[in-house]
Amino acid sequence: MASTIVPAIRVQREDFDVAAEIAALTKGRADIGAVVTFSGLCRDEQGALTALELEHYPGMAEAEIGRIAAEAIERWPLQGLTVIHRHGKIAPGENIVLVVAASAHRQAAFEAADFLMDYLKSRAPFWKKEHRADGSEGGWVEAKEADDKAADRWKTPGR
Amino acid sequence: MSTKLIYFAWVRERIGKPEEDVELPAGIETVADLLRWLKSRGEEYENALQYPDVIRVAINQEHVGHREKIAGAREIALFPPMTGG
Repeated sequence: MASTIVPAIRVQREDFDVAAEIAALTKGRADIGAVVTFSGLCRDEQGALTALELEHYPGMAEAEIGRIAAEAIERWPLQGLTVIHRHGKIAPGENIVLVVAASAHRQAAFEAADFLMDYLKSRAPFWKKEHRADGSEGGWVEAKEADDKAADRWKTPGR
Repeated sequence: MSTKLIYFAWVRERIGKPEEDVELPAGIETVADLLRWLKSRGEEYENALQYPDVIRVAINQEHVGHREKIAGAREIALFPPMTGG
């Protein structure tokens, strides 16, 4: 295998610029043929929510995303990878998470981005709490069994 | 040796503090032992750990199962299933 790429991983309160992140990954490169980006945004659930508060485990959040990214790099021939996850209070319409996967061909980029999102959802230490528009006490968002099932799709024998 | 326990999300809210240092009594060998012992420490712990099976645990910032040994752990975190992404 050729030289291993180093993923860019950031856990931050601030917003990110999707176009700028793609440009940073592809600038000066002539070997990248495919870039897949996934952005996850905050929804208002038909007006019921005014914000989501994202709590995270500082240190482990970066470490766990790093472990997931390393697995993606091992499994797909990626030429660049950026993962950004925000924390703190996020309003509907704002960005929460970004994955940018670059490869020579689209299949690896699509699959790696899909894998990363499934694993981020079930393994990255973040928790969402709702802020409700009617002023009532918002609850913690419950983990979905469907998300665990989605992550299970990627399991390979022996892992 | 004292061990640092860290709590997140509703586990933190129900226990009523984000972290604490504890001296683990003899005989607490696995994550499951730890959860059982913590649960007996008072109403707030009982509340948080009522269904131990749903509690996720990380030792030194890595996910572990409930049968994992905790010898040598500096930092043990307890939290609900994650909902990031």
